[in-house]
Amino acid sequence: MLDLLTGFVGELRAAGIPVSLSEHLDAAETLRHVPLEDREAIKYTLGASLVKSSTHWPAYETAFEIYFSLRGPGYAIAGDDEDEDGDEAGGSEKDDDGSSLPGKGGRKGKGQGGGGGEGMTPEELADMLYKALLSANSSMIQAVARQAVNRYGGMEAGRPVGGTYYLYRTLRNLDLDKVMDRLVEQARKATGAANEDAAHDPAGPEVTLTPLEERLLRDEYQARIDQLRKEIESEIRRRLVADRGSEALAKSIRKPLPEDIDVMHATKDELVALRKSLAPLSRKLAVRLARKRRHGRKGPLDFRATVRSSLSTGGVPVDPKFRYPRPSKPEIIVIADISGSVASFARFTLHLVHAISSQFSKVRSFVFIDGIDEVTRFFDGVDDPAEAVHRINTEADVVWVDGHSDYGHALTVFWERWGEEINPRSSVLLLGDARNNYHASGSWVIKEIRARARHVYWLNPEPRAYWDSGDSIVGEYANYCDEVVECRTLRQLERFVGELA
Amino acid sequence: MTSNQTEATGVSTGRTEEITSGFPEAGPPRFDSIDAVRTGLAGVDYLADDGISGVVYLADRLAKPVLVEGPAGTGKTELAKSVARLTGSRLIRLQCYEGLDESKALYEWNYKKQLLRIQADSGQSWDELEDDIFSEEFLLTRPLLEAIKSPDPVVLLIDEVDRVELETEALLLEILSEYQVSIPELGTVRAKQIPLVFLTSNNTRELSEALKRRCLYLHIDYPQLERERAIIETRVPGISQALADQVARIVRSIRSLDLKKAPSVSETLDWARTLVVLGVESIDAEQAKDTLHILLKYRSDIDRASKELAGLDTSG
Ligand SMILES: Nc1ncnc2c1ncn2[C@@H]1O[C@H](COP(=O)(O)OP(=O)(O)OP(=O)(O)O)[C@@H](O)[C@H]1O
Ligand SMILES: [Mg+2]
Repeated sequence: MLDLLTGFVGELRAAGIPVSLSEHLDAAETLRHVPLEDREAIKYTLGASLVKSSTHWPAYETAFEIYFSLRGPGYAIAGDDEDEDGDEAGGSEKDDDGSSLPGKGGRKGKGQGGGGGEGMTPEELADMLYKALLSANSSMIQAVARQAVNRYGGMEAGRPVGGTYYLYRTLRNLDLDKVMDRLVEQARKATGAANEDAAHDPAGPEVTLTPLEERLLRDEYQARIDQLRKEIESEIRRRLVADRGSEALAKSIRKPLPEDIDVMHATKDELVALRKSLAPLSRKLAVRLARKRRHGRKGPLDFRATVRSSLSTGGVPVDPKFRYPRPSKPEIIVIADISGSVASFARFTLHLVHAISSQFSKVRSFVFIDGIDEVTRFFDGVDDPAEAVHRINTEADVVWVDGHSDYGHALTVFWERWGEEINPRSSVLLLGDARNNYHASGSWVIKEIRARARHVYWLNPEPRAYWDSGDSIVGEYANYCDEVVECRTLRQLERFVGELA
Repeated sequence: MTSNQTEATGVSTGRTEEITSGFPEAGPPRFDSIDAVRTGLAGVDYLADDGISGVVYLADRLAKPVLVEGPAGTGKTELAKSVARLTGSRLIRLQCYEGLDESKALYEWNYKKQLLRIQADSGQSWDELEDDIFSEEFLLTRPLLEAIKSPDPVVLLIDEVDRVELETEALLLEILSEYQVSIPELGTVRAKQIPLVFLTSNNTRELSEALKRRCLYLHIDYPQLERERAIIETRVPGISQALADQVARIVRSIRSLDLKKAPSVSETLDWARTLVVLGVESIDAEQAKDTLHILLKYRSDIDRASKELAGLDTSG
């Protein structure tokens, strides 16, 4: 068990979750106090030592499922699930529940062989799915998940595909949208019928669900469908573990932590996770910067002061004096492309920069697509930068002609309206993929800015390999920048912004 | 629930042996099992889930503090209070705020009294006098020291620890890992019994790694439907099961919207109480609209929820 734990901790670290030695030891100690067969308890109590940030929990859960998943012949990919018996840790309960379900009896003898488990006809399975969701019976939902993976997952031993492929196949065949409609329709009819019974007066109360009732009902069914989905995911994972072993599997389906997700290619769910992790991330950065400013940061040696004070010690410089670091904080000007492909990246950057605005003497923000607008005002007096960023989406005036990025036009307008205000204390931060739809580049503006400002940086959320391909002209701008930085994840972004302050 | 019937409840209350040196020995475990924690807490009207009861159980077994994080109003503070009630312990609370320092958290010398003592010169030598005025008699005990010195079982609640400055966190470290307080003039005071310690944080600031390493971590999120329903039923007198269920469902749906501030458990309870006072038996769209301001604090959130949930426009 301790070996298993060591492997598990190794996996967590590989996934980016920092686990110290003392935390590892605490986890080992935990195993002495919590019954091993209670997997849920083990998950939460181990988590108490191993995960100390809630945004890391999903990655932890995935790894946990892989390392502590149910094992046994029952989860073999190719096997029919009728002949299982030797599950570890609590697995038997699930199987007991399953055996009382309809449609299971006639299965033996059918469809033995390679692909495995064509136990139920599609109609039987659809019916069971509907009933499971209608009754919200968890063991029935588990059984459906299991059957569905058998029937539709098409899992093959030794095939090196990830779990999402099987998940997608299974879900597509179940057609859950249609099931949802059927469930709601059924509820409507039931209400109608009930109302008819109750209403003696034919002009009585309406016989349909109110919008509120319907909404609550849908959310309820959605919750059950989400549960089913989770069960299917677990089922697939268990079989993959049985096929490939924990370590190999963990590596191939490792989920990046929110701070390591590629912002430009994030899925919708990942974007939600990203947004959630932004606040703690920026707070952490603020703490780090405040500490850096307070301690350390000694200026260069002040020779004259040192000599002067050494006079009292007979000329021996026992107490070297340092020039006080110049207290001036940089002034930041952010100019961000917020067109579709890079919008999330721009939002995250604006959020982060404003969240630590106390580290700068001033922060001004501009956003553009083909038009450009100053959005600094949205952040004034707002506690939560997320709120301001939200307003930018709806209120900023950034479309000039057609709403496709036009860096040249946006930069030119910037220069005309605000160019004067750039001064030697300004650090200018340009954000975007520099995909200019073959418009004029306006790179002379960057050259002018460079001449006035302290620094000019360009943050590009695209992988370096794509730079200057197609309509990307980042190379042309790079000529006039101090540096062009590849910035694809929150971690990279945090590091860059941290160095800026 | 403050009885001593360990056998019946699986929860032991009180332990009294004196330990004076070395790491204080953990007394007999307070809880027999994770389930005993859950049912015990339910007995004092606190509804715990697997995570909460598991971590509380473990904290006792490993003699480690628990750092509880989560959104506002999800029962972090209440958890510490409930555990104190369950175990029949005294609750000692250190409410954190910006500017909290040693003299408010740990101890302070009673200068006035020391001064009086010096003035009432009894012909002692200075050395004797010094020993005298830096003795326990002149010590003002603050919550952390008090928790350590207490001969009786204690639950120590360090509430909203994210409000103190990063530097002040250092004051806590010795207590959290050694259960002792060093007083330069007096020596080291060790705990007579290991208190159960809860630290809560609203996550407004990132806590130091040093602090986190010393603690078990518990994230309390908004409760799942069933648990919230049970919380409503226990905490709102006179509510019908049907109404509690409806309240919990509506709140769940509202939380799934993209809002500035999702309703907390305390707001859910306030809303449920209001509905009971108004004599509502089953919530319809109009009633929901008229009372949503109890659940949601921002105008834009109220408009949004009314529209999404009931197809109602409240912005006019
Ligand atoms: N699990 C629960 N069982 C019973 N009541 C609960 C539970 N969780 C929350 N409550 C109720 O919610 C109220 C608010 O909880 P509490 O004050 O502990 O929140 P908190 O998490 O400390 O919030 P804050 O972050 O604002 O301090 C409690 O007074 C209690 O009535
Ligand atoms: Mg509180």
